[in-house]
Amino acid sequence: MSIVTVQLGQCGNQIGHEVFCCLCSDIRGTHGLCSKKENQSYQDACKERFFWEEESGVPVARAVLVDMEPKVISQTLSMAARSGCWKYNNQSHFCQKQGSGNNWANGYSVHGPRHKESIMDLVQREAERCDRLGGFFTIMSMAGGTGSGLGAFVTQCLRDAFPASFILNHVIWPYGTGEVIVQNYNSVLTLSHLYRSSDALLVHENDVIHKICAQLMNIKQISFRDVNQVIAHQLGSVFQPVHPAEGGSNYSRNPLGDLMETLVPHPEFKMLGLRNIPQIPENSLPYSTFSWPGLIKHLRQMLIANAQMEEGIDWQVRPPPPGSSTPSSHSTKKPLHFNTSIANLVILRGKDVHSVDLGSFQDPSLYTSWLKPQDAFNAWRTPRAFNKYEKSASLVSNSQFLLKPLDSVVGKAWNMFASKAYIHQYTKFGIEEEDFLDSFTTLEQVISSYTTL
Amino acid sequence: MTQSVVVQVGQCGNQVGCRFWDLALREHAAVNKKGIYDEALSSFFRNVDTRSGSDGPGIYKGKICSLKARALLIDMEEGVVNEILQGPLRDMFDSKQLITDVSGSGNNWAVGHKLYGCQYRENIVEKLRKTAEHCDCLQCFFIIHSMGGGTGSGLGTFVLNLLEDEFPEVYRFVTSVYPSGEDDVITSPYNSVLAMKELNEHADCVLPVENESLFDIVNKINQMINSGKLGSTVKQNSLVTSSTGSVKTLQEKPFDAMNNIVANLLLNLTSSARFEGSLNMDLNEISMNLVPFPRLHYLVSSLTPLYTLADVNVPSRRLDQMFSDAFSRDHQLIQADPKHSLYLACALLVRGNVQVSDLRRNIERLKPSLHFVSWNQEGWKTGLCSVPPVGHSHSLLALANNTCVKPTFIELKERFMKLYKKKAHLHHYLQIDGMEQSCFSEAVSSLSDLIEEYNELDVTKGGPRTDPSRLKIAV
Repeated sequence: MSIVTVQLGQCGNQIGHEVFCCLCSDIRGTHGLCSKKENQSYQDACKERFFWEEESGVPVARAVLVDMEPKVISQTLSMAARSGCWKYNNQSHFCQKQGSGNNWANGYSVHGPRHKESIMDLVQREAERCDRLGGFFTIMSMAGGTGSGLGAFVTQCLRDAFPASFILNHVIWPYGTGEVIVQNYNSVLTLSHLYRSSDALLVHENDVIHKICAQLMNIKQISFRDVNQVIAHQLGSVFQPVHPAEGGSNYSRNPLGDLMETLVPHPEFKMLGLRNIPQIPENSLPYSTFSWPGLIKHLRQMLIANAQMEEGIDWQVRPPPPGSSTPSSHSTKKPLHFNTSIANLVILRGKDVHSVDLGSFQDPSLYTSWLKPQDAFNAWRTPRAFNKYEKSASLVSNSQFLLKPLDSVVGKAWNMFASKAYIHQYTKFGIEEEDFLDSFTTLEQVISSYTTL
Repeated sequence: MTQSVVVQVGQCGNQVGCRFWDLALREHAAVNKKGIYDEALSSFFRNVDTRSGSDGPGIYKGKICSLKARALLIDMEEGVVNEILQGPLRDMFDSKQLITDVSGSGNNWAVGHKLYGCQYRENIVEKLRKTAEHCDCLQCFFIIHSMGGGTGSGLGTFVLNLLEDEFPEVYRFVTSVYPSGEDDVITSPYNSVLAMKELNEHADCVLPVENESLFDIVNKINQMINSGKLGSTVKQNSLVTSSTGSVKTLQEKPFDAMNNIVANLLLNLTSSARFEGSLNMDLNEISMNLVPFPRLHYLVSSLTPLYTLADVNVPSRRLDQMFSDAFSRDHQLIQADPKHSLYLACALLVRGNVQVSDLRRNIERLKPSLHFVSWNQEGWKTGLCSVPPVGHSHSLLALANNTCVKPTFIELKERFMKLYKKKAHLHHYLQIDGMEQSCFSEAVSSLSDLIEEYNELDVTKGGPRTDPSRLKIAV
């Protein structure tokens, strides 16, 4: 099954480009560490999922590029073409001349309706090119105007036009200390709208990735390209072909569907966090070895203690003793820092994956009581190594990972809203105070739901 | 890609404008080696086929035939505009872009606004329409003028009004040169306050500039060059005040150095809209992020570095110094100290070899020493443009919406009241058709209201922060 990627705004397009680069370089790599047959199967599955082939044999990404101003898209298209390994379809992009000005209302209420037909037309064409459509993957930031506002509108259109398809929104959480002054407004409006149309929101926080670049990857002068490459690696580690839980030798035919099934049992809980280990500088890779028990132990503690990366984990945090967690209580007995999960998915890639013991992730005390632990936890594996890492483990988690950031963004936005600052910029384009209030209400509800897990 | 049109009004406006076009050409020449008319060029220039007179291999990928500035030059006396038309930039402008008269406005806002405004209205509208028609997607008008005189101040604000009526969707950014205390034009307080009312009501963003600050910066640079104590030489073309490498390398006029600073301000402001970068900042984003309430749209600007030393290696300490300087009092383009006043919002537009980690590190470093308003504690807007200005490897433009503009406005009001109480020179204004005493009282009241808005914000500075309580959801 194929996935159609929709890249929205500057951030979406810059990240999308890095993702396809990463996928391509992974399948061309000779560090598969598995049998030739396995490798071939992997390559074929990846290609079907993300690319179609031109006559010349060059893979063409199944993607639609959308932006309201032309600079980024033209850069993205030319960088891809120059790589020689893959490219974008020259027709599959839509841009205008003047951007959205960081204004969510401009993106949603003005650009959205105005360009709906053209954009959906491009999406339809990519969808028709797929033998079997597995769903949509949109990449956007919350802070700006196009990715956030137009992105929310496009997601709604996707839902209307493809009611049976899966939609996964990849959302970039901006740096806490401002990239855009009205980013909290834009974020609140985006999240509340996406919550209605999307199946799940997969979140990456700039602050977290920045720390990974600084502390784990040892990059001195971190550029957005560095940040985007780490994000691309993490996304690749989730979306590259993998054998689903039931075993069998076939790669999963329905990646997005499988993801939703395992992680989103209830529509009120759609926020997914992503962790990937190990992350080390590329030139250290040949000299480093990892053991699965070590990796799994770290990953589990990262989950429990809500650690952002494998350094600086708080090992003091422990799951609550059995018998102390009751479903609808306000969890006063649970240790405050403990991260309760609804569902978790671990993806293992590389050497000796089938021998790995993941029992520690099935501990019922990690989860709410709604699902049986064997349903709340899933593991997917492939012996095919990913992106030169001999062993790589990813965790996609529907848990309280994003509770604090969400609460923080809503708090700051509310603080600003109380003073009515910048509101005139939004009402100018048709987003009124009631719309803000609706969004705040939706998100307070989400916060409350996640808090009382 | 969008286009912008520059409307330069009055002597000051045209002299600054002239420097802007000169330096813009220099900047594009440095980047555009192949002589192709590209999108970046088209934001301020048209490509005209001189034989047919119409737009040539206009768009992109065609070779440059003849570049015409997207500008309107307006002056009610001929001296300055004539000089431009006889100078090396003459080919950039054609007669269809000029509006001149002979006798000037006599430093009288009323003459500029009411008399000439009325007289030239149709002419101006027609020429504006023509310029707009040559634009694919017109985003912004830049008005350059001074506040203290008659033409720039009066006719300039008349044009501002006109732009709002005729092109309501297009942004209006105004660069206003405010008079200093020892201004030799006696009526400059009247002219300025009358103009302020117009700026309050019709501009999207105003970038005030004071001659005193420009003068101080020029002096600072001259001292540095003449002292020679650092032992290294300064790259001549990197001076924020220099015209080196531009078309006009002859006789530098006395105000040229100061005007170059303002020209560089405009170039840096629009750099991210013209050139690529990892985090673009377009003009509409500036207005969106820096104007929390419609009337509070006065932005204090600062440019760093003022010069680059000739040695190539730039350790990150020097980079950090650039950020610190942007917040220091002597780099601001008006006599103000933003560090000790209250920030409503702040934008940092970085050009050249600077990455997001440098930005973040410096924001973290400088934040504790700055006061931000309670509802915008993290109020930073950032932009990264890959193309540095000529002669530099990196540069920073800081735009602050800060209550430090208040003293400038209060002083202006005081100078106004000093004259107004004695009714000095009032008759020169009132004898103009359409001018009444109420124009004065309304103008000063508009200014007072503005000052009051800043006062209310200042009061909250340093006070205890009580965040509003959040919405309660029924569980």
